[in-house]
Parts: sequence; C-alpha cells; structure tokens
Amino acid sequence: MKLLRKLLVATAVAAVMTTPAQAESKRIALVVKALGIGFFEAAAKGGEEAASEIGDVELIYTGPTDTTAEGQIEVINSLIAQKVDAIAVSANDQDALVPALKKAMQRGIKVISWDSGVAKDGRMLHLNPSSNPLIGNMIVKLAADHLPDGGDVAVLSASATATNQNIWIEEMNKVKDQYNGINVVATVYGDDLADKSYREAEGLMKSHPELKAIIAPTSVGIVAAAQAVSDAGKAGEINVTGLGLPSEMAGHIESGASKSFAIWNPIDLGYSAVMLANSLIEGAEAGPGAEIEMGRMGALTLDDNNEGAMADPFVYDASNINDFKDIF
Amino acid sequence: MIQKIITSREMILATAIVILVCCIAYVFPGFIAPANLADAFNDTSPLIILALGQMIVILTRCIDLSVAANLALTGMIVAMINTQFPTLPVPILIVIAILAGTVMGAINGLLTWKLDIPPIVVTLGTMTIYRGLIFLLSEGQWINAHEMSDSFKAFPRHEILHLPVLSWIAIGVTLLFIVMVSRTPLGRSFYAVGGNPGAAVYAGIDVGRTQFMAFTLCGALAGLTGYLWVARYAVAYVDIAGGFELDVVAACVIGGISIAGGIGTVIGTVLGAIFLGVIKNALPVVGISPFAQLAISGAAIIIAVAFNAKSSRQKGRLILKPQELKG
Repeated sequence: MKLLRKLLVATAVAAVMTTPAQAESKRIALVVKALGIGFFEAAAKGGEEAASEIGDVELIYTGPTDTTAEGQIEVINSLIAQKVDAIAVSANDQDALVPALKKAMQRGIKVISWDSGVAKDGRMLHLNPSSNPLIGNMIVKLAADHLPDGGDVAVLSASATATNQNIWIEEMNKVKDQYNGINVVATVYGDDLADKSYREAEGLMKSHPELKAIIAPTSVGIVAAAQAVSDAGKAGEINVTGLGLPSEMAGHIESGASKSFAIWNPIDLGYSAVMLANSLIEGAEAGPGAEIEMGRMGALTLDDNNEGAMADPFVYDASNINDFKDIF
Repeated sequence: MIQKIITSREMILATAIVILVCCIAYVFPGFIAPANLADAFNDTSPLIILALGQMIVILTRCIDLSVAANLALTGMIVAMINTQFPTLPVPILIVIAILAGTVMGAINGLLTWKLDIPPIVVTLGTMTIYRGLIFLLSEGQWINAHEMSDSFKAFPRHEILHLPVLSWIAIGVTLLFIVMVSRTPLGRSFYAVGGNPGAAVYAGIDVGRTQFMAFTLCGALAGLTGYLWVARYAVAYVDIAGGFELDVVAACVIGGISIAGGIGTVIGTVLGAIFLGVIKNALPVVGISPFAQLAISGAAIIIAVAFNAKSSRQKGRLILKPQELKG
C-alpha cells in the first residue's frame, strides 16, 4: 500500500514536471483509419500545412496498421497517456471508440472526428468532408455537364446495403430533375469487387444501348466501369464519372473513358481537421449553430448533432489530374 | 450406353445450362448474340482455370481455400514487377506468375503432406497469410491502369479467331486436364487417392505426395490466373478476387465433384463453372434485385449438391457387411 502511494505521488510529480514543457507547443494528434493509405497520407500533408501555418503546433500523425477499432483504441489510449492537447480521429467504428474518447475528453483533451464519424457522445464535433446533398448533387452534375442535351445515365453502386452510397443516390434522385433531360435508367450493385463491378458495367451497356454515362459513387466501381467501357471500345461515347481517387483514375482520364470525377480533397480535409482542433484548444465552444474557424477553408457551421460539412467535392479532370495523381 | 450418356451428370448439367440460356434469352434476347456469349465465356475463363485446379485438389479429399489469395498475391507481384521494369516481356512475367503460384501451392501441399495438418486448416491459414503479404508488399497501395505497361494489359485481350487470349488459355488448360486426368499416372492417382486412400497405398501410390502434387498444380494455375486477372481488370490491390475461392469450390460442387473425393470429371467442372458464369453474367442484364441475385446463386448450389447426393446414393451398393456386424 505504501509502495503504491509512493508510486502515485511519483507519477503525479512527474506529471506536474512535464506540464510546463507542453505549454510551449500544442500537440494535436491526427488519428487515421490505418497507416499506409494514400488518402490519409494526403490528409496528413494538409495537417502539416495547418500546423506550420499556426506555428506553435506539433502534429502527431498516427493510426493502427489495419482498419480495426481495437487498433485505434490502443492508439488513443497511448495518446491520452502522452497528454496531447487534441485528438482528431477518422473512426473505424462509430461506437467502439466512444469510451476511449470520453476518457480523453474527461482529461481535458479536445476530441473531434473527421471523414468517418464517431457517435455524438464521443466527440465535440464532427467534420464531414462534404454533405450528402452536396455529393448527391455533384455526381449527377458531373454527368450532366457533359450531356447538354440530356440522355440515359445509370448508377453503379457498391453493395445494396452500403449506407453512404444509398444516401448519396437518394440525394441524387431528389435533384436530378433540375438537370435537363437526364434520365436515370438503372441502379446496379458491384459490391465493391472489381470483377462484379466490371460485369455489371458490361451488363448496363448491353441492356441500355443508348446509355451516355455511368455514375459510380465508389472508388472500386468507377475504375472497373471505366475499364469495362474502354474494353468495349466505347471510351468517349460513354462517360464514366462519380467518386474516385486521382491516382486510380489517371489512366482512365487519359483514355477518355472518364471525362471528370470528384472526391473531397484530403489535403483540405486534414488541414481543416487540424485547424478545428486548434480552434477548440484556443477556447472555441462546439455547440449547435456555432461557427468554428478553419483557416483558409472558412468556418464550419455546426448542426444539431454538432456536425458540419467542409465543402463541395473537388472535381478532377484532364486539366488537373497530373497535379494530384502522385499525391493520393 | 446411350442411356448412360443421357443420364450422366454432365448431360443433365449441359441441358440445365441450355435451358437457363433460353430463359435468359426470353427476357433479354440480346444475350444469345454470339458476341455476348463469347463475352460471358471470356468472363468465366478465370473461374474455369481455377475450378480445374481446385478439382484435382478436391479429388484427393483435400480443399484449397487459398486460391483467391494466391491469385491476388501473384497478381500484385507481377503488377509490381511490371511497374518497376516496364520493358520486361510479358512471357517472362507469366513464367514468374506461374512460379510464384506454384511455390504458394507447394507450401499448402507440404504442410498437408509432411505435417499432416487438415487441408482446410492449412489453406485457411495460408489464405490470410497470402492476403497479409499483399498488404506488406504494397503497403496498402493500389497499382492502377496507368502504372501498368500497355503490353501487360493487352495480352489477355488480344483476339485470335474472334476469341480473346484469356478464353483460349481456359480452353487450353481444359484440354490439358482432359489428357492429364485420363491418360497419365499422376492423373489416375488423384482418383485413386480420393476414392480409396487405403487401397491406393497398396497399389504403390504415395497418398501425401499425390495430394502435394494436386496442391502444387492448383497453385500454378492460381498464379497464372493472378496475372490474367490483374491484366484484365487493370488494377491490383489487397482485396482483388475477395471471396472468389467460394465461387471456385461452388463451381466444382455444381460440376459434380464429390467433396468426399475420388469422383468427378473435367467436363463436369468446366460445365459447373460455365453454369455459375452464365448466372453471373445474365443477372445484371435481366434486371433482378441484388438480394435475389445472391439467393439465386445460393439456390443453384444447393440444388446441384442435392442432385449430387441423390445420384451418388444410387451408385452405392453394400457388397460386404461392415466388420462389427459379423461377429
């Protein structure tokens, strides 16, 4: 018992002694779903940009080696032990991280989630890369931009139960009538498998000979559909568009199978996440209706769930693909 | 004789495929256009090649669940080599792919043969190991169309007599297997080992070694398919062909390969693969809900196995009473 007390005192003293050192620079941890994913590496670049812009911020870029909630919980616990000032996390599980993040907030650490959210209890605010209505509108706009006279378009989604994709398609269907002559003839599901998506795209071309565009709001689907369109010799005739990554789509933009596509800019996303975390450390209060500064990206307006959307998805085409294809 | 041919599994399966194609043509007439049928066959080619490899493994009372992971790892290896050395000719890459696949198959075989671990456990383990290795090799990065050389992507698409090379490879492997399985000692020993391992030993066949050979051959084919797959879909990443091993086993089972070993034909396997391929290619154009698609594929497998069980039960005859009943 005596020993335990001694240990406790020693730890407390050690903690007190290390505190002044922290006051010199703020430490913000950017926790990602897994290390080694291009998208998150790019987000880290944005985070570094924000850190150097603020000046006195040390950025800790970390995450598990595979996309598991368990791995992230370990990482978060070690960040709590290191007494960082803020944690910005892209969660592998909406609920599993809540207890660990609550513990962090009890210790005075500011917690935000970005990209992939955490349940309301586990964070102070959530930064969505974009909003569902903005994405839904963007994917149909991408198709419509190259079809001034309208025409048949089809949707190639991930699995029929994929929440994100279903919401985006629903939002797309709400606004599609604003685009002249755009006729959505089918929605098919490639299950985010390259071979099944390829086959579904082939099927679309066969069953809808008048097809002018395929909208694939999934990075596996858009690549497979573009390949199927190229192989069918219809590059330039059928435009494959939707959400994809520049590094994966570069070849298909070049071949003409895809004229343009969109994705949120991960650099901006990492930048905004770090800026928001810094604003909270500086004393900004997160609450419904609050507007929180995020540097060059403007301000994030929070809704009733303390969530906010960063911006419209960013459009990539032949003019800018080469600047981004090596980044993510 | 004629009756035997008519009632054979292969004939029944072939008839089922024809009926299936007719039904599809009724809903979507374009499906039976020769070009579309050729497309469907080409799309099924990887499944045919893998199913033939799986067939000999199942014949020897084993199972290989690592084929899809082997395919994905080999695909990643050749894709990475191609991005590093774009001038390396495709035939050399194909040889590398087959070698890599063979090594992975041989590892399965050795563990089964020398350590006597049940094959389902061995291949379940190597399946995750191979997938993990892809992650380690690629660090989770994708290899995309623009990073691969044009000749790398063009090979399986090159058309000879209106059929892509991919289809010709499937046909070639099928012919080789017909000869191997019926005309070579190795081919016959697969049946012997699966049919009655005890008797096979008395006939001078090394059961473990035969199983090892089956795994190795299966691995070699998975390696070959790895290159073809990656070149065809022009993308390599950790999850390619995820869950495909189940399609491969399903093709074998539908084709009449007995999971208990020793029974099955090359033609049956090919027809089983084509049956699945027709369903997979037809469902998108017929316009059925994705949930019904899953149910239909599943139902086809169960019906085929039920058929299998029924037809093999008629064959069984009790010649000798089991030993314990005598005394």
